[in-house]
Parts: sequence; C-alpha cells; structure tokens
Amino acid sequence: MQKTDSVEAEYLRDDLPEFRPGDTVKVHLRVVEGNRERIQVFQGIVIRRQGGGLRETFTVRKTSFGVGVERTFPLHSPMISKIEVVSQGDVRRAKLYYLREKVGKAAKVKERRAR
Amino acid sequence: MKKLIGKKIGMTQIFLDDGRSIPVTLIEAGPCVVTQIKTREKDGYDAIQLGFGEIREDRLNSPERGHLLSKGLPPLRHLSEVRVDDPGAFELGQEIRVDIFRKGDHADIGGISKGKGFSGVVKRHGFGGGPGSHGAHFHRAPGSIGACATPSRVFKGKRMPGRMGHESVTALNLEIVDVKPERNLLLVKGSVPGPKGGILYIRESYKSHGKQKKKTGVVEM
Repeated sequence: MQKTDSVEAEYLRDDLPEFRPGDTVKVHLRVVEGNRERIQVFQGIVIRRQGGGLRETFTVRKTSFGVGVERTFPLHSPMISKIEVVSQGDVRRAKLYYLREKVGKAAKVKERRAR
Repeated sequence: MKKLIGKKIGMTQIFLDDGRSIPVTLIEAGPCVVTQIKTREKDGYDAIQLGFGEIREDRLNSPERGHLLSKGLPPLRHLSEVRVDDPGAFELGQEIRVDIFRKGDHADIGGISKGKGFSGVVKRHGFGGGPGSHGAHFHRAPGSIGACATPSRVFKGKRMPGRMGHESVTALNLEIVDVKPERNLLLVKGSVPGPKGGILYIRESYKSHGKQKKKTGVVEM
C-alpha cells in the first residue's frame, strides 16, 4: 500500500456503481451557472477507464447530431452527482478506440447477458 | 516564527468542493522535540533548537550523545534551529506538533533537491539548444563561451555543464491545504524539493509572516 493512499481514501467515492468499458452509462453532472446549479446528463458508451485510485478517469463517447463527442471525467470528482448503468456491453478489449472509426450500426456494442 | 522538521511522503491530488482537483504534497511533519533553548544573554540571540526523527542510540557520535542524552532527551536524527521572540515560553523536551499550522496558512518549505548528476546546459541552465533536424549539426551544445583576443579568457561564472541538483532549495509561500494532527500530516499545495523520504524544513512563510507582523505588531509562536 502506498503511503498516500490513506489521504486519498477520504476522497474516494464508494457510492458509484460498477461499470466497465462497453457499458452504456448516464453521467449526471452538476453544472454551476452563476449561483444556480443544475444537473446535466451525458449518455454514451464507456470507451476507456484509465488510471488508479483517486486519479482514475473514464471516457464516454456518444454521437450527437452525427458528430462523435467524447468526454473524460475524473471518476471520483464531486461534480458527478450520479452514474447510471443503462446497459452492459459485451466487448473483448479494455480500450474501445476502434469505435471511433465506425459509424451507424457498426459502432454498436453487443449487449452482455448475465450468465 | 513557527518551524517544524518533517519528511516528504509523496504527492497525490485532492478534489475541492467546486470540483477542481489540485496537486498536493504529503509531509509527515513533527512531532519535534525542543533540544536546546538559546537566549540573548547566553548565546547572543533568542532561538530554540528542534530535533526530529528516530535513530538508534549507538548511531549517535559522542558530542551528539552528550548534547541529547545527558539532558534526558531521546536520540534524534536531525537538529535545526529557529529564532523565536520569547525563548522563555519553551522548555527542554517539549514536543512541538503539526497543529501549530492551520489550514489556509502559507509556509516556506526547504529541502535538498534531487541530484541530476552531470547535466548539460540545456537542462541545467535552460539554454535553447539548436534545431533537432533539417541538416543541423548543432543540437544541445553550449555554443560560444566568449570572444577571442579580447578578453582572451572565459568569464568567471560562465554557465557551463556540470553537477546539477542535490542542493538546498526552498519553495516559498506554499498554501497549507489541510492539517491532520492525529497522523502528523501536512497537505501542501504543489511540489516541494527533494525525493520521497527526504528531510524538509517547514517554516511559516516570510511573506505572510511579515504581513502579520505589520498588522498586529506582535508575532506569537
């Protein structure tokens, strides 16, 4: 165990669901505009999880008006109010960069059935 | 003047309430033991000496043993002095803990920087160097080091390759993000000199110290 872990542990979030690359998730983000706060939802496929501990991030990709949009979030950020797993994907690699070159039906990820 | 001796543990990041993440360095600071009290009458200035770090008794040399053990103090690895306004407020063997610092204070943190070995001028002095390609043969060399017949010599202090690092460096005015007295931990924003496990001297920052002095006219320890 690294000595910095004890401090990081205070900031780690344990209220988030488990999810993997290939899963479709809804990320509920707290957006602050002036002194008003609202929730914005970003839905898409998780194409990567990267880093460990407090530094872990994940990237969500979606297609918006025909344009691919990717957003990377720090997993333990307090700006994420909630993550919902919409569906689980059946994929064979950890980084789904190949989705970037695919459009339409080819860019879909097979759904994973519980065994 | 507040001062502690500590050990660098490592760096990580933490999240602020507004979602920003900031880099922090973890420092195990103190507890330090007051090992000597110096007064104006006896020593010409007012100061206390602090000790930090465990060491086996037989690793101390005989002057160190006389200085510490004969006064009933534990064997300590590192000793350092700090000027204080009122040395009478301290007693030998008193423990000074990390809680003399508060969240939001600013500190100057000094240590011995990591040694970089024999380094060239690009790394050591920030010279520009030459182009990497396009037929260039001048890459990281220092270039001309002076004119020819006048002055017929190279000026003293000319920046050249050589040993870099492993020198005393102090990072000024670092913000203390958090204090954890139960584990003797300080969280400081940004980086501090030296490797993990390196010894650090943490003092109240001169900049904020001066301000406080001006405002109140007195400085408490």
